[in-house]
Amino acid sequence: MSSLHAVPEEVHKFSAEVGTSDPITVVGGRTQWNVGGTPDGSAREVTAPSGIWSHEPEEMTVRCGAGTTLRELSEQLAQHGQMVPFDMPPNATVGGALSVGRSGIRRLRYGHMRDLVLQIRHIDCNGKIVTSGGPTVKNVSGYDLCRLMVGSLGKLGCLAEVILRCLPKPQATRWLTGVIDPFEVYARLYRPSSILWNGEQVWVCLEGVSSDVEAEAALLDLTEVEGPPPLPSDGRFSVEPKALRNLSVDDTNWIAEIGVGIVHSDRPSKAQKISKTNESLMRELERRLDPNGRLNPGRQVVPL
Amino acid sequence: MQTSPHANILDDLRTVLGDRARDGDFELGLYGKDGSVLQGQASIVCLPVATAEVRQIVEICRKHDRPFLARGSGTGLAGGAVPVGDPVIIATAKMNQIIEVDLENRIAWVEPGVLNLDLTKELTPRGFHFAPDPSSQQVCSIGGNVANNSGGPHCLAYGVTSAHVAAIEVVLPDGSVTVLGDLSAEPPGYDLRGLFVGSEGTMGVATKVAVRLTPNPPAIRTLLLDFPDVRDGAATVSAIIAAGLIPAALEMMDKRAIEIVEAFVNAGYPTEADAVLLVELDGLPGGVEHGVEVVRSVAERHQVGNIRIAADNEERELLWKGRKNAFGAVARIKPDYYLHDTVVPRGKLVEVLDKVYKIADAYDLIAVNVFHAGDGNLHPILAYDSGEKGVLERVHAAGRAIITASIEAGGVLSGEHGIGLEKRDYMGMLFSAHDMATQDMVREAFDPQGFANPLKVLPSGSRCSDSFGQHVPDGAWV
Repeated sequence: MSSLHAVPEEVHKFSAEVGTSDPITVVGGRTQWNVGGTPDGSAREVTAPSGIWSHEPEEMTVRCGAGTTLRELSEQLAQHGQMVPFDMPPNATVGGALSVGRSGIRRLRYGHMRDLVLQIRHIDCNGKIVTSGGPTVKNVSGYDLCRLMVGSLGKLGCLAEVILRCLPKPQATRWLTGVIDPFEVYARLYRPSSILWNGEQVWVCLEGVSSDVEAEAALLDLTEVEGPPPLPSDGRFSVEPKALRNLSVDDTNWIAEIGVGIVHSDRPSKAQKISKTNESLMRELERRLDPNGRLNPGRQVVPL
Repeated sequence: MQTSPHANILDDLRTVLGDRARDGDFELGLYGKDGSVLQGQASIVCLPVATAEVRQIVEICRKHDRPFLARGSGTGLAGGAVPVGDPVIIATAKMNQIIEVDLENRIAWVEPGVLNLDLTKELTPRGFHFAPDPSSQQVCSIGGNVANNSGGPHCLAYGVTSAHVAAIEVVLPDGSVTVLGDLSAEPPGYDLRGLFVGSEGTMGVATKVAVRLTPNPPAIRTLLLDFPDVRDGAATVSAIIAAGLIPAALEMMDKRAIEIVEAFVNAGYPTEADAVLLVELDGLPGGVEHGVEVVRSVAERHQVGNIRIAADNEERELLWKGRKNAFGAVARIKPDYYLHDTVVPRGKLVEVLDKVYKIADAYDLIAVNVFHAGDGNLHPILAYDSGEKGVLERVHAAGRAIITASIEAGGVLSGEHGIGLEKRDYMGMLFSAHDMATQDMVREAFDPQGFANPLKVLPSGSRCSDSFGQHVPDGAWV
C-alpha cells in the first residue's frame, strides 16, 4: 500500500483516547448538540483529531481530521478556489457535520453531503480503527460504510479522519428575492443552487459563470439581496418535494427548501416514522457495532 | 415422484411461478455466468414478474435451506452474478416496467429489470435523464446498477448511482419486504439505502427503485483532442481539473484503442495520434463556452494536436459511438479480452499507464486503454486468444500486477465494476482484517445466515456465515 493508505499517527492516538470500555461522547463544535437527544452528561468527552492532513488541489480531494472546523477547511480550500458546500456555522467540525448528516441550503444543486465523502476512518466501540471507502474520487471497493456513517450521530463509530471530494467555487453567486410561485421558479431555472420559500416570499440562489447567472436572473422578476434569510432553527422535517405545495402558512414561522423537501420551522417537529422492519435492521446494526451502547449515549438515531 | 431435493424445491417454485421456474439446459447455460470470464453453475432459474413472487421465491429458498442470487442483465464484469454455492437464480428480466414518472418530485419508480438506456429514452422527451450511464447502458438493468453502484462517463460531474437513488423496495433475505430510504430529503434513521446500493445482491433483492431524474442540460459541447504523446494527454486531464473545471465527461483512449475503434466505427478518430481525450461540457451556455476555452488553453500548453468540436448532435453521437463501442472493437485484434477496473489519483495516471504497458509486455499480452480519465478510473483491456495454451494464467497474473500497481499508487480495487468474485480475495490489499470483519458484521445485520448471493465481495475467511460451500469456479483469481 502507498503512503496514501497509511493510518496517520493522530488517528492512532484518538483510538487510544476512545479506549475500550467506558461510555464516551465525541464533542465537535456543539453547533447541533441536541439533535437526536441530549448527550448523556456522565459520559467521558473525547475530541477527534483536527488539521488538514493533505489537500491536493489537482485531485480535488482533501484529507483532514474529523475534528477540523469548517472554518479551517474552507480557508484552506478557498486558497485554491475550491469548496466543500456544507453551509454551516464555521465553528462546526467536519466530523460533527457528517455525523449529524444535515445538508446545507445549497443541497438542491450540490446534493447531499454524504455524496462528497470518499473515505472515513472511524474508531469502533472496541477502540479499533476501521477504514471504509478509499482515497480516490470514485470507488466501489467493499461495502459502503461511508454512507452508513453519515447521519449516524456517532452511534456506530467515532469519526476520526475523512477524505472529501472538493468542488470548484463558482465564479459568481447571486441571491434574489421576490413574491413569485416557487414551483414555477424551480421549473424554469436550470439547476439553481437554492430556492427557499416561506409561503409568500421566495429567495433564489444562482451560481456559475457571470453570464449564466445574469441570464438566469433575467428570466425572473426578482430583486437582488445580500444572502438567504435567517432560517428558523427549532424544528426541521422533510417531506417529498411536491408535498411542499400543500404546506399551509399558519402561526408558525417556516422556510422550505423547494425541490429538496426540507422545512425549517420555529416549532420542534415530531420524529418521522420508521417502519418496524427498518427499525429492526437498524437495531441489528447498533447491536453488532456497539453492543453495550458506549458510543454517544443519550442521542438516538432511531427514537426509543 | 418427489424424491430429490432438486425436484422438491422446483415443485414448490413451480406452484408459484409455473413455467417461469426453469431448469432447462438453455437457461442453466445462460445463467451460469455473467460478463466476466468466470464460470459458475446454475441449477434453477426463476423469472418472477412481481415483488410478491420474489418474496415467495425467497421463502421457498429458506424452507429448503437454499441460497438465492438475484441478477439483472448479467453484464457485470466482476463475477457478482456468477452462481456459486448452488443458489436459486432470481432473474429480474421480466420485472421491466417503468411504474411511474413523477416529474414534480423528479423521481421515477421503476422495476429492477428496466434497462438503463430505456429509462433515459423514456425521460429524454420530457427534459430529463437518468445520469449514471455505464458503457453497457443499452443492455444493463437499473437493478444491476443499484447492486454495483454503477458509474459511467458522466459520473464525473453527476456522481455514481448511489447519488441518484432515493428509495429501494427490497425483499430481505428473511422474506420480509421493506422500503429503504424514501422520497423525503432526510429519511429518519440510518441510511440503509446508501448501504444497500453497491452491496452486490448480498443484502436482499431490489424489487422497485425510485431513481432521481436529472434535467437535460441546455447546452452541450463535445470535443475530441489528440496528442502526440499519451503523457501529454494524461497531464492535460490533471491540468483541466486543477483549473477548477469539472467536465461532464473526460475520457481517454490510447493509440491502440484509437486504431481499433476507428476501423470499427469510422468516427474520424485521428489514427496517427498517441492518445485522444473526449471531453464533454454541459450546462448553461456561458459555463459551457468558458469550459471550452479552459480546455483549449490547457491543452495548448500540453502539445495538443487538433481540437475537434462536434458541430451538431449527429457528430457528437458519432464521437461517443467510438468510445462506447471500444470494448466490442477489441475483437478485431483478439477474440477475447479481460477488462480491468481500478482507480488511481489523477496525478498518477501517467505513471500507472506506463506500468500497465510494461506489465502487458512482460506477460506477452496486448493492452488497450480506454478509460474515465477525469476520475482516474483506468480500464485496461488485456486482449488475448483463449485458444492459446496457458494464456488465462498470464492474463490473471497481469491483472494482479495491474491491481497491485494501482494500489501502490494510492488507488483502489474497483471504480465501478464491483468486487464480486473476481476481486474478493484482493480485498486484503486495501483493507485490514478488522475492516473486513466490520463490513461483514454490517452485512450480517441483513443476512445472518448468508442466503443472499453467497461467497461474494468479502474473502471467504472473513465471513462468519459461509454456510453454502467454498467452491470457487474455474477462472476465478483465487
